[in-house]
Amino acid sequence: MNATGKNQRAIRPASYNMWVGVFVVFILFVAGLFLYATQKIEYVWRWNRMPIYFVYQDTIEINSEIAGEVDTIVRKAEETTVAVKGETETVLYTVPTEGLAVVEGEIISLGDNIGVYEKWKPGLLLIGLWLTLKLSLMATIFGILIGVAGGLARISSNPALKWTVIIYVEIIRGSPLMVQILIWYFVLGTVINDILATYGLGRLSAFWYGVASLSCFAGAYVTEIVRAGIQSIHRGQTEAARSLGMTYAQSMRYIILPQALRRILPPLAGQFISLIKDSSLLGIIAIRELTKAAREAVSASLQPFEIYLVVAVLYLVLTFSLSMFVQHLERRSAIK
Amino acid sequence: MIDVQNIYKTFFVPHEVKALVDVSCKIKAGEVVVVCGPSGSGKSTLLRCMNRLERAESGHIVIDGIDVLSPKTNINKVRAEVGMVFQSFNLFPHKNVYENVTIAQLVVRKRSKQDTREKTNFLLDKVGISDKAKAYPDNLSGGQQQRVAIARALAMDPKVILFDEPTSALDPEMIGEVLDVMKTLAQEGMTMVVVTHEMGFAKEVADRVIFMDAGAVVEVGTPEHFFENPEHDRTKLFLSQIL
Repeated sequence: MNATGKNQRAIRPASYNMWVGVFVVFILFVAGLFLYATQKIEYVWRWNRMPIYFVYQDTIEINSEIAGEVDTIVRKAEETTVAVKGETETVLYTVPTEGLAVVEGEIISLGDNIGVYEKWKPGLLLIGLWLTLKLSLMATIFGILIGVAGGLARISSNPALKWTVIIYVEIIRGSPLMVQILIWYFVLGTVINDILATYGLGRLSAFWYGVASLSCFAGAYVTEIVRAGIQSIHRGQTEAARSLGMTYAQSMRYIILPQALRRILPPLAGQFISLIKDSSLLGIIAIRELTKAAREAVSASLQPFEIYLVVAVLYLVLTFSLSMFVQHLERRSAIK
Repeated sequence: MIDVQNIYKTFFVPHEVKALVDVSCKIKAGEVVVVCGPSGSGKSTLLRCMNRLERAESGHIVIDGIDVLSPKTNINKVRAEVGMVFQSFNLFPHKNVYENVTIAQLVVRKRSKQDTREKTNFLLDKVGISDKAKAYPDNLSGGQQQRVAIARALAMDPKVILFDEPTSALDPEMIGEVLDVMKTLAQEGMTMVVVTHEMGFAKEVADRVIFMDAGAVVEVGTPEHFFENPEHDRTKLFLSQIL
């Protein structure tokens, strides 16, 4: 493969550099148009407000739980211990020395501020991004498990398995994901949570119904991808494996699936890139993934342009990383 | 060793083809039997019925006292004792030469790693391909691939090996190296059933030749009988066309 790449470079026509130039000019032109458009509209761009949606410093107040008098203050380099003496008890508070807000002998009432400290906290978009990542990752894992099992059942000669999977695939592929999510949460979710409650178990959160709906959805597509992958492996491979005395399961595990999985990596990557983007629908069952978090941020800040653009870039980062990762896998598993 | 009694096989794709009609033959232990005949005569189907890659519809196939066609038979046990070498090699492309030979020893025979290593090195040496142990099948010539395929079949210590046109997919200059390996096996007393068009091999190595046409056995005999005094007109016609 490398050899052909080098050969291609060697025989590049003279006009090659010119077309590279055309490409760069085109990209700059589009970027320039975009920039021009942003300045033409009546909108105040405040990109400087964006970082707080990733991390921000939160001020945490330490308030007195009793009314009384500040009895003693013991100062140390980092922390200071304040003893508040009430009528019946003395309560000790530890505050950072810098944020100390009381002096010895001060009379304080219930809820008065003793000190403050500041703490870095993840912002709305970062929390959403993390949740999207978690949802997609779990749905990917379950999707692959469902897909491999489904693909094997799909090519099985057992009609019970085969027809069940055909119906599963057709129903899932033939209905909108949005509707499936609503069914999972409001119909199946209600039933499952009721059943769990009768056995004295806790409720499953919306997150798990989100994972279930996405896995189930991706699983149907992966089933077809796996089926096609297995069927693309030449029949001679199965015959060779079986003629050595391998069972059906052994020939699948050691011979057919390893070859099929290599072949289906590119369509699988496409499927899971879709899955990351589809997870944006889970906002409708109140899962605060990236898109839902963005909507909340927009309604609080009234900065839809910046926030939605940032969100688009964040999705792009996720999907592009996945795409790169799969390419890496493909290269590593390529048959030498 | 192998006793085939009155088997029938019909294919229905795309329309009905009677591939085997009342075929019977016996292969004794230590014997090399060449099956020949025009294309479509059912030679390969007969071979593939022997290890149940194709299932004969009626009749009996008994290998080493085990009824192959009986549903109660564990076919995987039978297949482990019956090696098969294919026209298109069918090596596992995701495994290198060494792994191609070891995989079934580990998975089917459950041999220890030490025994597997010794066996594999011995066999790769035997078929003359030890220097390519780490190579992948796609980087080997057809002749080399077929020799690996023979080593892969031998790794199971089979009682009989079925060769399904082992040299038909090879360039002419590579046929010799594969036939040499097969001759060595024949000399060592391996029971072999060989479907081939290599009449030189049949003359030199075979104990018996089975001639098939239109899904039936036409003539069976020693190479001398078969090549010099064939009885049937169909055999004479076939020989006149290929020799």
